[in-house]
Amino acid sequence: MTQLVWDGLFVGSFYALVALGYSMVYGIIKLLNFAHGDIYMLGAFAGFVVLSGVGGVSAAFSVVALVGALVAAMAVTGGLGVLVERVAYRPLRGSPRLAVLITAVGVSFTLEYGVAATGANPRVFPVRVESQALQVLGVRITVAQLALMAIAVGLMVALDRYVNRTSTGRAMRAIALDPKGALLMGVNVNAVISRTFFIGSALAGAAGVMAGAYYGKIEFLMGFLIGLKAFTAAVMGGIGNIRGAMLGGLLLGLLEAFGAHFLGGEWRDVFTFAVLILFLSVKPTGLLGERVSERV
Amino acid sequence: MGKWVGPAGLLVAVAVPFVDASPYTLNVLTTAAIFVMLAAGLNIVVGYCGLLDLGYVAFMAVGAYTSGILSTALELPLPLTIPAVLVVAVLAALVIGAPTLRLRSDYLAIVTLGFGEIIRITATNLDFTGGPTGIFGIPGIEVGGPAGFYFFCVAVVALAVLGSARLERSRLGRAWMFIREDEDAAEAMGVNTYRVKLLAYVFGAVWGALAGVLFAAHLSAVSPQSFVFLQSALVLMAVVLGGMGSTRGVVVGAAVISVVPEVLRDLGAFRYVFFGVVLIVVMVLRPQGLWPVRRREPERAEVREGVRV
Repeated sequence: MTQLVWDGLFVGSFYALVALGYSMVYGIIKLLNFAHGDIYMLGAFAGFVVLSGVGGVSAAFSVVALVGALVAAMAVTGGLGVLVERVAYRPLRGSPRLAVLITAVGVSFTLEYGVAATGANPRVFPVRVESQALQVLGVRITVAQLALMAIAVGLMVALDRYVNRTSTGRAMRAIALDPKGALLMGVNVNAVISRTFFIGSALAGAAGVMAGAYYGKIEFLMGFLIGLKAFTAAVMGGIGNIRGAMLGGLLLGLLEAFGAHFLGGEWRDVFTFAVLILFLSVKPTGLLGERVSERV
Repeated sequence: MGKWVGPAGLLVAVAVPFVDASPYTLNVLTTAAIFVMLAAGLNIVVGYCGLLDLGYVAFMAVGAYTSGILSTALELPLPLTIPAVLVVAVLAALVIGAPTLRLRSDYLAIVTLGFGEIIRITATNLDFTGGPTGIFGIPGIEVGGPAGFYFFCVAVVALAVLGSARLERSRLGRAWMFIREDEDAAEAMGVNTYRVKLLAYVFGAVWGALAGVLFAAHLSAVSPQSFVFLQSALVLMAVVLGGMGSTRGVVVGAAVISVVPEVLRDLGAFRYVFFGVVLIVVMVLRPQGLWPVRRREPERAEVREGVRV
């Protein structure tokens, strides 16, 4: 039972990292960034390229190499997120929501099959964090899990502080509240939105590298499912709410672990989407969301 | 000129097999006809009513599986399964629509995506749907070989397209477009938006499910791999490319989307990259699609939302 809790929290921390990007972007420009899951996938591939470039990594060196790849992948996916916003979303700001959603599907397609075109076969991640299991309270915890969890928590705490303590963070919250008002008060709205995309995409990229290192296998469609799940997590926590996204991610991880345990693993995804639908029909503002996110 | 477009298109569709009737051509043409029907159905939901459905192939799956299972298990001829298909399609539309249609665009989009996945995963996991391998040996519709079946499909699809065009001009169609343009105003003017949106879903589902029956008859097999998100995205692409809400535009869009991959076969995976880019470019440069509806009234002044800098 405690094993389930731990596994759930672990997977949940990946969901949380990806959900943060969804939630930030949605909170600020009310756009469901459909391509966000694919940015996660690209993070995994960027990490793959960096690590393969380094060549044979000795086991003792692997954690350092992994952190290096993580930073590199975050830079790549962050930059890509900014580019995507600039090319596909900014020209449509102010157009009907439907149009932007469709370009987002287009972006997702382009990224997925752009990577597929380089070779559609699953790749084996060059560095796998080797698993030494520790026994804590009867739960099998690997060192790798602890390290990845620590990185995830570190990133989340850093983001929370950034949004709540810095002037950029304040600008983000101002735009979320009232874009026109923020503009009139001298906030450089475009720059802040770009930065939001950078941070959100970088976090997704980090999650991608971590997932690659943990599961050991990456493929071009891996972003699709996690995108859906991260969105579910964001909705559960209250979309637009940073702490809500974290809570939602962990909670979804837990729910899935238990759902898969009792219903059988093949029904796990069905269970997740059922949770999403239930949440949206019963409490669309999520657990921590106070704001009514629908325009009435 | 306007009123000759439809018959002219139909004439072209009927004439092609007389020029080239190789099995390959007939196969591509039949697939294209079925795809046109799907696009006409999704056009009702997305084009007329403005509800983004990213799991539309779920309805096609419902139709294909229902008729496939009934015809193989009960050894019925395929056309006799159609009443059951209609009932199941309407039920599926109600099940999917009832909880979700209170939501607006973004949430609705992602929930329909989730539903599409639920249907596909369920079909993969259950026994009576044949699991991952699906159902084989579906009898098909015997109407004189592949060419006959193609003409049959063209006839059915033409009726479906005509039907969706008639719906557009009906009282219900005007309510759909009112909701698409401004849901709050529609609500305020006394349109029961929830019920009207649900009806859009039901009609879309029926079109999709019937396309599914044709699909099952064409391939004589159904499997979960035919109903992945890629398919939903391609149908959406056809609707967007042709011009949302424009019947003739959508038919042309669907024909293009189903034939172009055959032409681009050499490009391999790049052809989907190309599709993605086209989707973005069309939306950015020509959001009305390539062959938009001619407005019979002056363009509504766009109320801009959000910041434009």
